[in-house]
Amino acid sequence: MSADTLVADEAGPAVAAAVPASGARHVWRRLRARRGTVAAAAVIALLTLTAWAAPALTALEGQDPDAYHDTLVDSAAGGVPKGSFGGVSTDHWLGVEPGTGRDLFARLITGARVSLSVAVGATLVQVLIGVAVGLLAGLGPRRVDSLLSRATDVMLALPHLVFAIALLAVVPSGFPRPVLLALVIALLGWAGTSKIVRAQTLTLKSLDHVAAARLGGSGPWRVARRELLPSLAAPVITYGAILLPTNIVVEAGLSFLGVGVKPPTPSWGQMLSTATMWFRADPMYVLLPAALLFVTVLAFTVLGDGVRTALDPRAASRLGVGTSKGAGR
Amino acid sequence: MTGAGTTGALVEVDGLTIDFPTQSGTVRAVDGLGFTLEKGKALGLVGESGSGKSATAFSLLGLHRGTGAELTGSVRVAGTDVLNAPDAELRRLRGARAALVFQDPLSSLDPYYAVGDQIAEVYRVHTGASRKAARRRAVESLDRVGIPDAARRARARPHEFSGGMRQRALIAMALSCSPDLLVADEPTTALDVTVQAQILDLLHELRTETGMALLLVTHDLGVVAGSVDDVLVMREGREVERGPVDRVLGAPGRPYTRELLGAVPRLEAPGPPRTVSDPEILVSVDGLGRDFGRRGSRVRAVEDVSLEIRRGETLGVVGESGSGKTTLGRMLVRLLEPTSGRLVLDGRDITRLSERRLRPFRREMQMVFQDPASSLNPRRCIGESIADPLRAEGALTEREIVARARELLERVGLDPDWYERHPHEFSGGQRQRVGIARALAPKPRLLVCDEPVSALDVTTQAQVMRLLGELREEFGLTLVFIAHDLAVVRQVSDRVAVMRQGRVVEQGAADAVYDSPRHPYTKGLLAAVPVLDPRESAARRRARRALAAN
Amino acid sequence: MTGHLLRRLAGMVLVLFALSALVYALFYLMPGDPARLACGPRCNTIQVESVRGQLGLNDPVPAQYWHFLQGIAAGHDYSTGTSVQHCGAPCFGLSYQNDQQVTDLITQRLPVTGSLALGAMVIWLLLGIGTGLLSALRRGGLTERVLTLLTLAGTATPVFIVGLLLMMLFCAHLRWLPFPTYVPFTEDPEQWAWNLLLPWVALALVESAKYARLTRSSMLETLAEDHIRTFRAHGVGERGIVGRHALRGALPPVIALSALDFGTMFGGAVLTESMFGLPGVGQLLVRSVKAVDLPVVVALVLVTGFFVVVANALADVLYAVADRRVVLT
Repeated sequence: MSADTLVADEAGPAVAAAVPASGARHVWRRLRARRGTVAAAAVIALLTLTAWAAPALTALEGQDPDAYHDTLVDSAAGGVPKGSFGGVSTDHWLGVEPGTGRDLFARLITGARVSLSVAVGATLVQVLIGVAVGLLAGLGPRRVDSLLSRATDVMLALPHLVFAIALLAVVPSGFPRPVLLALVIALLGWAGTSKIVRAQTLTLKSLDHVAAARLGGSGPWRVARRELLPSLAAPVITYGAILLPTNIVVEAGLSFLGVGVKPPTPSWGQMLSTATMWFRADPMYVLLPAALLFVTVLAFTVLGDGVRTALDPRAASRLGVGTSKGAGR
Repeated sequence: MTGAGTTGALVEVDGLTIDFPTQSGTVRAVDGLGFTLEKGKALGLVGESGSGKSATAFSLLGLHRGTGAELTGSVRVAGTDVLNAPDAELRRLRGARAALVFQDPLSSLDPYYAVGDQIAEVYRVHTGASRKAARRRAVESLDRVGIPDAARRARARPHEFSGGMRQRALIAMALSCSPDLLVADEPTTALDVTVQAQILDLLHELRTETGMALLLVTHDLGVVAGSVDDVLVMREGREVERGPVDRVLGAPGRPYTRELLGAVPRLEAPGPPRTVSDPEILVSVDGLGRDFGRRGSRVRAVEDVSLEIRRGETLGVVGESGSGKTTLGRMLVRLLEPTSGRLVLDGRDITRLSERRLRPFRREMQMVFQDPASSLNPRRCIGESIADPLRAEGALTEREIVARARELLERVGLDPDWYERHPHEFSGGQRQRVGIARALAPKPRLLVCDEPVSALDVTTQAQVMRLLGELREEFGLTLVFIAHDLAVVRQVSDRVAVMRQGRVVEQGAADAVYDSPRHPYTKGLLAAVPVLDPRESAARRRARRALAAN
Repeated sequence: MTGHLLRRLAGMVLVLFALSALVYALFYLMPGDPARLACGPRCNTIQVESVRGQLGLNDPVPAQYWHFLQGIAAGHDYSTGTSVQHCGAPCFGLSYQNDQQVTDLITQRLPVTGSLALGAMVIWLLLGIGTGLLSALRRGGLTERVLTLLTLAGTATPVFIVGLLLMMLFCAHLRWLPFPTYVPFTEDPEQWAWNLLLPWVALALVESAKYARLTRSSMLETLAEDHIRTFRAHGVGERGIVGRHALRGALPPVIALSALDFGTMFGGAVLTESMFGLPGVGQLLVRSVKAVDLPVVVALVLVTGFFVVVANALADVLYAVADRRVVLT
């Protein structure tokens, strides 16, 4: 126990150099050092901008995402869009939807808006609940801890997708759908965060600088704020960054199954669900939402990976597996 | 020692340079090192952290391959050109002709396989022996290193062994192919002092018996004294001094070696005993105990400890790992609540006070922690850490608080302008100084130091000890000094308590306990402490053997 | 060990009770009238009332819950006007849609889900563990970068995108494979496999990414451990080190995750089944949710929860058995 630390330094400068410097500046530098991360961030910025400006962009195109255009589809051929590449024209930049003739560009970018806001909202709520429960379990008395830990285990054991589908089915239709989606995803998915926060809190609590703060006369609230929360930021941000793409996939999956966003509100999952009936006649209708969804999720995954590596290069390998429990099946 | 380049030497290192590439440029761990080691001889490689001694040891077996380190110069071990040999030839060297024993015996064995099987595996790789023969060999080796009931114990997994047993098993693995050279990298650093003595004795015995050469890497001059023929003192990758062990330790030729030797704490009394004038008792502990774990797996960490600490005196608490000394220290400052007994501070019973009721007393009892890395919040600047207790107190204005924190920084030997710096910008010794400043900020009466210098190099250790001694007088502190190192404890203590398995087995004036110990455990502990004089060390080894024979 | 298993078992029973109560409360006490749903849209008030009586919906809620539990434990008799139908334990009631016993509905579909799960799992374990090992051992090379990119892409793709693309390519475009339909194994093993090949591959591609990442990080962590260095220092060759020591240390988390996933799969790979139109448990769930067929939904959530809870316990035990260092308490 004694001189371990002494000789740990001894292993040579290589080891000493592997210990990452913390602090926002260093993290920022490590983030920027990876080309993949920068590219992903750029893609995400572009997507977010597009989603935010979706109404303006559709107006610029001169289309409405919900307007039907019967004349643009060939009803004799079962509703396949007229023209090549799914009816691409100067009026309809990416063509139209088969069957209904609604403008695809308008629907895709409006769908991005729904998808991103649901995922971001869900992640925020998830992380908030997770941090609150984890902190309470980690700092509270033993009885509170064991109660909350049990609850967390039950939450982790729930078949999430099954529960989400079932929950979404029973809530009356008056409730605003995207908000409901975000809430359901969040309520089912906070357990992972709370587990990590609890474990981290317990580790931090046992560190000597926390003991020193107690000896210095700091009360529990002061200890939590000064000694614990700053060190919790890194794992929580990391976990949030990993959760976000998972939540995008979950939203798309639920909408694909027809229990997510309700028509006529456009959503990528829902479009792909309809596309299963059209992929022979109109491949564009499959490829566009698929590519968009893929690129979005990939960009967020790469960014999450980058954030994780930048925040804690050593623990990077341990986090992030098994978080997307059954979400993508 | 013969000159470098002589043919026939088992190990010939010449002009060895090791560079580690890092993000901020290459770091030179070893710089132009050269030495030889003859068959059957023992060489000690001694240095503080960062001296490059472990990197040198690893390079003898070519363990740098695949790590990105760049080596130049030449390393020849048992006829193999280690730096240039093909992988297959290197593998034939490793384990068969030259074997390595690592520092941490727990992590150095595969947790999934029986110890005997792991040794047998190494034997089979080199000899191609049958499974049965290999297993027999493993049992033989285990038996040879003194593992009782070796045939049965060979089937146990590493976690079923104690620390000392694991180190024996690792040595058995190294011995299984009868190597010509044994490289031991800090083989006893993770072990208690009594176990350390046993392992060193074992290495010595094996060497005389098998005639293998030994390269012993250590930070502890006491460890080499009785175990090697020659010593090579290293600093920052370079050789400082090399020569026969009694010459280097007895009449060092270089200032650094002298400094190093001077910094090693001795078991002898530091001077005449201090006179503690105040007979008043500050802390009284009566039947104190602490359990951990819940029913079923309850562990008694501290049991029925009674002590009295007088105002202004220094009480040393010594014990090996698991003796409960840290738990006791944490109870004294009420970081832990005792499960039984009474703790009285200055006439007030604080055994069961709640955290809230305790807060007014907090400032009177402070602690200096062992690990300077984890005892400072990495995300706050050091000045803030020192100012924290003053803020919590709420008696001073902001300006006064900062002024006081700067004053304290200066007092512990740091630049007050470093107030805004973060812990990672400091060395271990400097961080420990910050820890001391923080503990002094609320002007405590009782200061409990839990292994305050054990994570530091000897030269730094000596400086921090000196600082503590000064502050003790200046602030009129009552000190509880907890450590595993008997010599360190002696340097500061007026009275000493020896702990073992949660109990105090002996306590009394420091001179009495050290010079005429009564309890057999204390005697054994004192006999195991390595000494710097090689002749004295050999005498002690004989005494230990005689003691064991009885 | 036995003590641990018993405690674990007791915990499982508790979790299942909590789950059943939660599910019951959620689905039977939500707005919407079960009696009206059960009776159908053309029933008049009197008919609805008689159905309410038959279903025992006039009883106090705890009594209803008690009946529900009784049904699961001991079976139930239903009088449907003229005849009496016996529903043996475990009885989850009758489907609102067609008065079929829910238990039968589920057992009919389990073989489909089981076929999908087993086949896909074999592929994803081989693919995932293989990829993970390869990228851990070829660290730093081009192989690793390509594999890392592929696994990242894999984690980022929902199964319906992979499935759609595979179908477009192999069924519609190249015509190598049939559009999947379920053929029971007992009827025609060859057609069974041929038809399930596409769903297997689609599901396995997505899932294997997770396993590849886990295997890789676990392997790298093990390879960095001190005991690996010991054997290197004693001249043991790379093959021995990887095959005997590193693999042994790297597999426990992979085994535990497999056990977990195996349990979750019985809840149906909802998305895969819907996507390929396979009549499995997952598809039943989606259909029942859309038809507000409460008894089926409740039963499915419970059954799925049961499998997940069992799998969780199994994963724990397997992990402890595989990793000798963990002591079960």
